[in-house]
Amino acid sequence: MATQHSRSAARLMMAPAVVLLLGWMLVPLTMTLFFSFKKYLPLRGDSLANGLDWVGFENYVRFVTSSSFWPSIYATLVIVGGVLAITVTLGVLLAILLNQPMWGQGIVRILVIAPFFVMPTVSALVWKNMFMDPVNGLLAHLWKAFGAAPVEWLSQASLPSLILIVSWQWLPFATLILLTAIQSLDSEQLEASEMDGAQPLSRFFYIILPHLGRAITIVILIQTIFLLAIFAEIFVTTGGAFGTKTLSYLIFQRVLESQNVGLGSAGGVYAIILANIVAIFLMRIVGKNLDA
Amino acid sequence: MGQIQLNQVTKSFGDVQVIPPLDLTIEDGEFTVFVGPSGCGKSTLLRLIAGLEDITSGHIAIDGKDATDVPPAKRGLAMVFQSYALYPHMSVRKNIAFPMRMAGVPEDEQKRRIEAAAKALNLTDYLDRRPGQLSGGQRQRVAIGRAIVREPAAFLFDEPLSNLDAALRVGMRLEISELHKRLATTMIYVTHDQVEAMTMADKIVVLRAGNIEQVGSPLELYHEPRNTFVAGFIGSPKMNLFDGAEAQKHGATTIGIRPEHIDVSKTEGTWKGRVGVAEHLGSDTFIHVHDTGLVDMVTVRITGDIAARHGDEIYLSPQLDKLHKFDAEGLAIR
Amino acid sequence: MARSATTKRKVINTTAAWIVGLLIFFPILWTILTSFKTEAQAIADPPIFLNFDWTLENYGVVMERSNYMRFLWNSIIIAGGSTILGIIIAVPAAWSMAFVPSKRTKDILLWMLSTKMLPAVGVLYPIYLLFIKLGLLDTRLGLTIVLMLINLPIIVWMLYTYFKEIPGEILEAARMDGASLREEVFYILTPMAIPGIASTLLLNVILAWNEAFWTLNLTAAKAAPLTAFIASYSSPEGLFYAKLSAASTMAIAPILILGWFSQKQLVSGLTFGAVK
Repeated sequence: MATQHSRSAARLMMAPAVVLLLGWMLVPLTMTLFFSFKKYLPLRGDSLANGLDWVGFENYVRFVTSSSFWPSIYATLVIVGGVLAITVTLGVLLAILLNQPMWGQGIVRILVIAPFFVMPTVSALVWKNMFMDPVNGLLAHLWKAFGAAPVEWLSQASLPSLILIVSWQWLPFATLILLTAIQSLDSEQLEASEMDGAQPLSRFFYIILPHLGRAITIVILIQTIFLLAIFAEIFVTTGGAFGTKTLSYLIFQRVLESQNVGLGSAGGVYAIILANIVAIFLMRIVGKNLDA
Repeated sequence: MGQIQLNQVTKSFGDVQVIPPLDLTIEDGEFTVFVGPSGCGKSTLLRLIAGLEDITSGHIAIDGKDATDVPPAKRGLAMVFQSYALYPHMSVRKNIAFPMRMAGVPEDEQKRRIEAAAKALNLTDYLDRRPGQLSGGQRQRVAIGRAIVREPAAFLFDEPLSNLDAALRVGMRLEISELHKRLATTMIYVTHDQVEAMTMADKIVVLRAGNIEQVGSPLELYHEPRNTFVAGFIGSPKMNLFDGAEAQKHGATTIGIRPEHIDVSKTEGTWKGRVGVAEHLGSDTFIHVHDTGLVDMVTVRITGDIAARHGDEIYLSPQLDKLHKFDAEGLAIR
Repeated sequence: MARSATTKRKVINTTAAWIVGLLIFFPILWTILTSFKTEAQAIADPPIFLNFDWTLENYGVVMERSNYMRFLWNSIIIAGGSTILGIIIAVPAAWSMAFVPSKRTKDILLWMLSTKMLPAVGVLYPIYLLFIKLGLLDTRLGLTIVLMLINLPIIVWMLYTYFKEIPGEILEAARMDGASLREEVFYILTPMAIPGIASTLLLNVILAWNEAFWTLNLTAAKAAPLTAFIASYSSPEGLFYAKLSAASTMAIAPILILGWFSQKQLVSGLTFGAVK
């Protein structure tokens, strides 16, 4: 299906998408790389027009030695790890539950998926005010009903609160993908294992879980990439206070709030490297799938 | 008109040459079949003629005019694909009309030709259905209808019957042959099934690894195969071929004898063997004979029924005038 | 699964699934309910679940006070515009990759996806700077372009997967039937791919609608879409739960509805076809 004619037409038709994405990737990336080696504080009069001072790796060193760096790494890891653990575990269980025969399966599916479609700013605000508010929040009422003192969620238990909010948003994604994967499991395989005398629990561990392995990996990789970048949830709830300043949020603050572009850019380069490490694994799986 | 000439045509995919230099002329009005085992390049050859693939070197001429660089749409050829390739979002009528719409044929002329094609192909009742609502045979007919209305210089068929079941295949085979007799337009037909080739063709082109092994009428190929490959490929059941001492007796490296040219006896004959499986078809019986000391198995075809039980001793005598002899290169000795 | 369960098991499954489903859905349900309460009822102690005086007052207040329609309009323009623009650019590219594959097709496709993995915050300032230079800051056009670019890999990917399912022979048949490349794409490919294009459209409208990094950082007053509108409620000013709920309900309702239609495509779209 390939003649010279169609091949050159194909190249022409691919060009806009390729050129745009290449530009979108290379131009800002080059600029970030450039800024990361410069002293660039727009508020103190530094500007591109006047030329920027070359500072070598100083920004890179300062970014990692600053007192906020390790806490931000800690917050990032806790949030990403916590959300992954919750969404994957509950996702597997929910997927299995939803795959059982029941009445109103379609409606339940819709209920479970719904949070994924809620815009991040809305879910953050709703949780912050209507559930986690220490005075009027629903959780405060619940605590009081049991005679406990209301918790100031977003300051006293800031990380778990954020993990809860973000998990609520991402659980539908994990569930939906794992449910799709479970449905592709050959029911004859399960029946065969049942004939072989496997009990429900061993069927889960020896047949279902291995079958889900690939899907779980994909859920973890994709979520990791998105979770490393969560922004609105922190922006709206704590604004980075109470130990919720993740790496991305720290970079955001350096760049836009304190306007230290050089330092922020160095941080950005770190974030890009980190995301790329995860992306490589994901790309490998997707690539393999392309061959099949 | 539809004479097609290939002149020193080659095709390479990357470094792999799938068609070595090839010359072939298909005369106007001829039903030509390209036949060969899968991967022999027959479909590629058809696609080169269609213009769906570029030729690497050489020339293609249609009706004497060079068509090497002419895009498929402009070659005036119609093609029927293995998967029928009907447009699923259009009704049968629209499917058939599509090539005329592209060519700007006036509406009423389109209508006339659609009606005519539908009548000829028994599709009149289905014109407003979608391809998805038709059976395999009907889809095949729509694909043919779409080809006919263009009034092309030649029809190209790419294994059109391989997706049909056996009974339907026989019927469609006849329909296509009849169509050819009626239209008298050039047809090029690709198949791996030598029965289709034998029954339909005016001219068969046997291909192996991109090379033309032999070109000729079905009976020429049957009676005078040029080499061992054609001998083994044409005819069903296959010709029995043996080398060694038995061949040397006849002054050849390899000799071949068709199953129907072996006489059978319970008591005497040239070769002695033991009956393996006997396939009773009613009209014919195929007996597979083992332990002849020649090859693993000799196939014999006997008209009518014969009582042959597994393990029986049996004597075989080739009809010597029907013996095919081949030299060390596998070429026929004439 | 092709097995019939006992009724008892089915009852248990149903009960468990509905409890979990409602629990997960509860925050949304609560938001919708609260949007119909008065502010006093919204923070009543103990909370009122259903028997309050239903009122539409909050919706009126929100629409009046905060120029809700303008934010909504921005959201529609930006989400719709970026998706349509993306599809216009992606259809030819996906056509090329699906029907005229070369040795590099796979690499190009993977590279496109990898641009999606670029952390936005890493390139925030350059984009910010470029936007100021180009006069795109706080414009709908600027945001449309950025959202188009971040979703382009997904659009190309999804279309590619759908096109792949269209047998190449059909396009060849069109070519044999005398169709030019343009006619082939227009009369054959596009109509056949309509369902795929529609679901791509749907998913990308959702993603663009909910995008909350660039929409917050590249807009101020003029081009801000609903994400930013909601974020402006984050500084509490007295009693506002019911109004917040009304605003939230309006912001998420259209997308919830679209989302329910697109749940099937969601999986293959978001996993780049790795899970089907």
